[in-house]
Order: sequence, then C-alpha cells, then structure tokens
Amino acid sequence: MAKHETPLLDQLESGPWPSFVSDLKQEAEKRAKNEKGLDLQIPVDVVEDLLGILELSYKHGKTHWKHGGIVGVFGYGGGVIGRYCDQPEMFPGVAHFHTIRVAQPAGKFYSTEYLRQLCNLWDFRGSGITNMHGSTGDIILIGTTTPQLEEVFYEMSHNMNQDLGGSGSNLRTPADCIGQARCEYACYDTQAICHDLTVEYQDELHRPAFPYKFKFKFDGCPNCCVASIARSDMSFIGTWKDDIRIDAEAVKAYVGGEIKSNGGAHAGRDWGAFDIQKEVVGLCPTGCMKYENGTLSINNKECTRCMHCINVMPRALRIGNDRGCSILVGAKAPILDGAQMGSLLVPFVEVNPEDEYQAIKDVIESIWDWWMEEGKNRERLGELIKRQGFQRLLEAVGIEAMPQHVQEPRSNPYIFWKEDEVEGGWERDIDEFRKDHKR
Amino acid sequence: MAFVSSGYNPDKPMEDRISDIGPRKYDEFYPEVIKKNKGKWLYHEILEPGILVHVAESGDKVYTVRAGGARLMSTSMIEEICDIADKHCDGKVRFTTRNNIEFMVDSEDKVAPLKQDLASRKFAGGSYKFPVGGTGAGITNIVHTQGWIHCHTPATDASGPVKATMDVLFDDFQNMRLPAHLRVSLACCLNMCGAVHCSDIAILGYHRKPPLLDHEYLDKMCEIPLAIAACPTAAIKPSKVDFKGTEVKSVAVKNERCMFCGNCYTMCPSMPLADREGDGIVIMAGGKVSNRITAPKFSKVVVAFIPNEAPRWPKTTEVIKNMVEAYAENANKYERLGEWAERIGWERFFDVCELDFTHHLIDDFRDPAYYTWRQTSQFKF
Repeated sequence: MAKHETPLLDQLESGPWPSFVSDLKQEAEKRAKNEKGLDLQIPVDVVEDLLGILELSYKHGKTHWKHGGIVGVFGYGGGVIGRYCDQPEMFPGVAHFHTIRVAQPAGKFYSTEYLRQLCNLWDFRGSGITNMHGSTGDIILIGTTTPQLEEVFYEMSHNMNQDLGGSGSNLRTPADCIGQARCEYACYDTQAICHDLTVEYQDELHRPAFPYKFKFKFDGCPNCCVASIARSDMSFIGTWKDDIRIDAEAVKAYVGGEIKSNGGAHAGRDWGAFDIQKEVVGLCPTGCMKYENGTLSINNKECTRCMHCINVMPRALRIGNDRGCSILVGAKAPILDGAQMGSLLVPFVEVNPEDEYQAIKDVIESIWDWWMEEGKNRERLGELIKRQGFQRLLEAVGIEAMPQHVQEPRSNPYIFWKEDEVEGGWERDIDEFRKDHKR
Repeated sequence: MAFVSSGYNPDKPMEDRISDIGPRKYDEFYPEVIKKNKGKWLYHEILEPGILVHVAESGDKVYTVRAGGARLMSTSMIEEICDIADKHCDGKVRFTTRNNIEFMVDSEDKVAPLKQDLASRKFAGGSYKFPVGGTGAGITNIVHTQGWIHCHTPATDASGPVKATMDVLFDDFQNMRLPAHLRVSLACCLNMCGAVHCSDIAILGYHRKPPLLDHEYLDKMCEIPLAIAACPTAAIKPSKVDFKGTEVKSVAVKNERCMFCGNCYTMCPSMPLADREGDGIVIMAGGKVSNRITAPKFSKVVVAFIPNEAPRWPKTTEVIKNMVEAYAENANKYERLGEWAERIGWERFFDVCELDFTHHLIDDFRDPAYYTWRQTSQFKF
C-alpha cells in the first residue's frame, strides 16, 4: 500500500497522455521490491515521499521546496542545485533532495548501454527520478543527499567518461538541433561545434566567473528548432550566401501533385490541390520568386532565406552550397527588464572545424571580455547591450556597423557623436567666441 | 543501508580526480544509418503522424517513430525505452528538444512492429507510455519547467497542467489538421526556464501578492542590499522594524509598485510570494521562434489570470482548447497562430476566441509599452 494517500494526484492517472503520476508510482514500487538487490544509498521510500509532498502542494496550491543551499562537488561552482523540503518530518525521504545536471551529448542521441549505466548509478545513489531533459538541455537527475554528490560525480567521471553540466553564473551546457545527423536543412554540423565549444570552455562551464548565466545554442537553419534566437545569449543560426538549388523536375512533380507538399505535414485535412503560386510564390516574404510557364525562378539576391519555400518543397528546393552561420546575441526571458530576442551581430561567418572554429571563438571571447568587464551582477548580455548601446557591442567585438544590424535606422536624431569624430574637437575658447558674438 | 564508497576519498579530494571532461561525444551514439549518411540527407517526408522518413544521397533511408513522453521520467521508464531500442533499433535512441523520444530504424518493414510495440504499452493507470505523434501541422509535446515537484519559486505546477493540457489536445498530437504546427510551452514562474515567451500558446505561472516579510530572519538570511537591488521597480527599501520589542534590520515594500516578478525572493528566502489565492496562470499566445515567412515573435498576454485548479486545471485547458479550435477553423494554410492574429487584428482575435479584454492586457512596463498601443485610425469594430 502507498505510504501517502494521493487522491488529487490519482486524478492525473487517467487520460491518454503519459501520466507522470503513474510513472512515479511504478518507480516507488520498483524501489520497494528492489529486485536488483541494491544496497540503496538514499532512502528506499524516497519516491513515496516525493509523491506525498507533491500531493501536499496540490492541496495547498504552493510549493514545499526551500531555497537551495550551497552544495556541490569539489572544485566546481555549478552542476549541482541544492534542494531541501520544508516538511522534513512528514517526508524524511526527500528532506535533502539535490539536483544534479549532467552534460548531455550533442544531438541527444544515446546508446542503451550508456542509458542503462546511468539508470543503475541513479537507482543506487539517487531517487531514480530524472528529467529527460531539462529546459537548457542537460540530463537532470532529481534528488539525492549531500554525501552522495561526490560519489555520483566520481562514478560518472571514472566509469562513464561523463561530466556535469552548468548552473549558476557560468556557461550553461550548450545545446543544438539534430542538424546534419538527420536533417537536409542543416547549414553546418551543429553537433560538432556544440561539442567542440562545450569541451573548449569547460572552465567557464564549471567555475562561475561571469556576471550571470550565459547560453549558447546551435540551430542548423532559420527554422530554429532549438529556439536559439529566443533563449540563448549567443545564437548560431545556419544560413547560406549563394543560390537556393532548384530541381526543376521535382518542382513539376509538386505542381502535378505527385509529391506531397511540406513533406506531408498537412495530411490531416483536405486543403485542396497544391497551388504553387498561392502557397509558395505568394507567401514569399520578399516577393523574389516567380512561377512562369511551368518554371520556378528565384532572384536569390533579394532572398532573406526564411525557409518557407524549402519547407514546402524540400525535394525541389535545397539550401545553397556556400554555407555558414549568423550570430545573434542577447536573447533572454523577461526577468528582469523584459524579454529580448537575439539581435543580429554577425550576418555570416564560416563554421570551420579545420581551424577549430577560430573566427567564432574570437567573437565569443571578445564578447565575454566586454561583458565580464562592464556587466553588473546578474546582468545578462542582452541587458548590457541595451544599457550601453549596440554601438558599444560593435566596438567590443570590432565589427563595423552595417544596415543588416538594424530593422530600420533610428527615428530620433539624438546621436552621441564622439569628440574624435567632429572636426576640430570640442575644446573651444569662449573669448574667441565672444569676439564675434556679444553677450 | 551501509554507505558504499565509489572510491572517492574525502580526505584527498584531488586524488585521482577526473574533471573538465565534458559530455560524451555525440558520434559514439549515432545509429549506423546516421553515421553513414550524416550531412548527406536529400529530403524527408512524414508518412503518417509521428512517423518520418529521411532519404539520403546514398539511397539509404532512416525511419523515425516519434513518441511523446513526460519529461519527468523514472529510470523504470528509461529502462523500458532501452528495452524497446534494443529490440527494434540496435540499441540506439534519441530525445528531441521538446521531450519526445525518437526511435529510428533503417528499413520500412521494421516500422510497423515498432509502432505496434509502442502503442501497446500502457501504464497501470491507463495512459499511454509512448503515444506516437507530434509531427507536422499538429501539436507536439509541451516543453516545461519543474513546478511543485522540485522548484522553490513556482506559482503553479508544471507536470500536472502539462498532463491535463496534453490530454485535452491529444487528438492534435496524433493528427495534422492544423494550418501550421502549434507549439505549447509552460513555465511555472516568470523566471521562465524555457522559451515560453515565444510560443504559439504559453502557460505561465504568476504570483499576484507582494512578498511576505519574515522580519525575524530577514537580516540573518539575506544580504539586504542585494534584495533591494533585485527589485526592477525600486519597490523595496531598507527599514528598521520593531519585532517583539526589539528593533531589527529589515526591508519595507511599496506594495503598489510590486509587479510580482519574484526576483527579490530569488535573492532573499525571507521574502516568499507563494499564495493559494494569489498564484495562478497567465495565458500568452502568438509567439514563434522560426524565421519562416515572418520574423520570430514574442507571445502576448491574452488571459491575465486563471486560478490554480489542481489537479486538472479545467479553465486553463478550456481556454487553450478554444483558442486551438478558433485557430484551426479560421487561419490560412501555413499561418502560425500569431500570424493569424496579426492578419485579422488582435481585436478580432479576442472576438473569435471568445476572450475578455481587460486593462491588465495593456502594456505599462517601460518604453516598449508605447509601441504596443494603437497609433493609427485603422481598427475593426
């Protein structure tokens, strides 16, 4: 029988969508049975108590978790988030219930061998409860006690060749889309650069030295499947400079209805016959496409690479060959001064594994230098850019201003001219002035 | 239970220490067909909801069966995923950014048995363990945060409202009838550990009561200057307070300036905001992150407050369902929810979604507010 009654949570077991309550209950039973005969290192009824405290929150309409304490592993300032419940007498199993962030492999591919190893470790030294995955991308191990933290880290680093992820004012674990591993739209190898930068910047990831958190995310194309433009301080979005490749025969096949448009994504409703004029040419945001006499043409110079036509006709239209990425900076959620989308800083840079992405690392490191020098405590990069101005960012990174940097030029003329930009400088003599202009 | 050492020696923490090794390298975990064809994919097609085929230049094909899952997941579930991957997919599996599980096979004849296997697995309580779907012009899994299961600042739960919402939207997880894909996200407080501020529909936990002040402990628990500096509206000032006859250092809060962001509580545990009546849900709509056709957009607040109705949040799910139906009925093919709202005008959006407009929905926070008011004589009656 269950340790705690959970009449409210029980109502979340019905319905078709996978029930986390049912899952927690099966895990609680598994621990009670302990068929593997493990010498469980944290209380056997930890999941029962987790259900119990969650039920209490459902009853009270409030959380029962306290502020985190300072816990972690030796030499790291991140990767572990302290967590204690505020009803330890009622729920002793979760009195200490710390989170461990585990750096996920780029692309989130796994072998079952690896996952089983992780499960065994977490059954033995933790609650057996995880997030696959946390919002930033890490594997999250939810719930263990302080004495187990070093033990989990030791086993992970020695037996699994696996490190912790980021938390606090440091580089958070970078994340990427599936990219070239299984997507024809990817303009660069997101996994390769995501992994390279994660390894290169391990010190920044484990030892908080920044004003606040800092996130990298890698989207292989402007479809932005990992939402880098909305939620990463530096967003790397794949793009290309040359022409969209057109397969004229395949265009005919789409027009003739032999190939389903948009990869079959609209198959749940009868939208009528595919109309290339209306659905592709007519929806092109720049109006740079034409379909005349059975031929599709694109004025590539005017194309802004929004991906719509490619998404609709993936077999006829393909990304260009001269590929790289755009870098956008400063995205963040609303806390504190309002949400920010990433702003375009570098329109195009090659993504070159041959020189270990040096051009990109140069941009990253000059941004960090500026932000660490000028950023206030708990000020995200986007907020610093807003406070000091986009011009200061350009100076810090050494990039010349160009029209691509703005949606439109400023509508106020309040230009902060610098003295060295003005002929003769600002030093003037009032007596000289008065010779021609009486008081 | 007896403590079992991993080999770690607390007296010599640096002995044999391995650190800064990072994550495992991605290509160790690629299925063979991925390893062979990486960077050489030609095109893809959704064969049916939840099932994709990607075709490579070599002629190789990879079939992906996508299953939804709760991101809060036990090792029992992960082991079951491993059993399935061992049986059908040569021991490889992948997770998506939106908490779906992707099982990949290299030939079409392996798809049906895999799909059947996934569909047959149910929890004791009756829900599916691995519902297949989440592709194309439909609704995929909800990305969300921790909520009451493990966080200290939430204004609502995460896993519960997500389960309740996905139950209501389940048909659209397994269908592709919508004008475009529709992304739902949940953040259990304004900190927004996740990109809900750019989602077609966002469920956001929000407080509505200013912080309680635990004067007895405030100065012992918190750095008062940090708590003051944390407030974006300068509503907090230092204050000397009489506590049971003793003067203690604490803070005072100008309640009418509080926007309930909770940033003070992040810096100072003696200023909790959580409250049964005060806390609840804000619904936002019309955001997107893709650059397709139009630029990425922020979601807009369309419902200022819905109380926390645990365990199934019926009002929240009803509002969401109505919005999805209005969108499904009225938007053009390829039009995202926010693009549709902009085309018909937000005044019409409130009409067709049968939502009340109240003063809470007019922005009054700093400069950007002005740009959201209407500076034209064009509007719809």
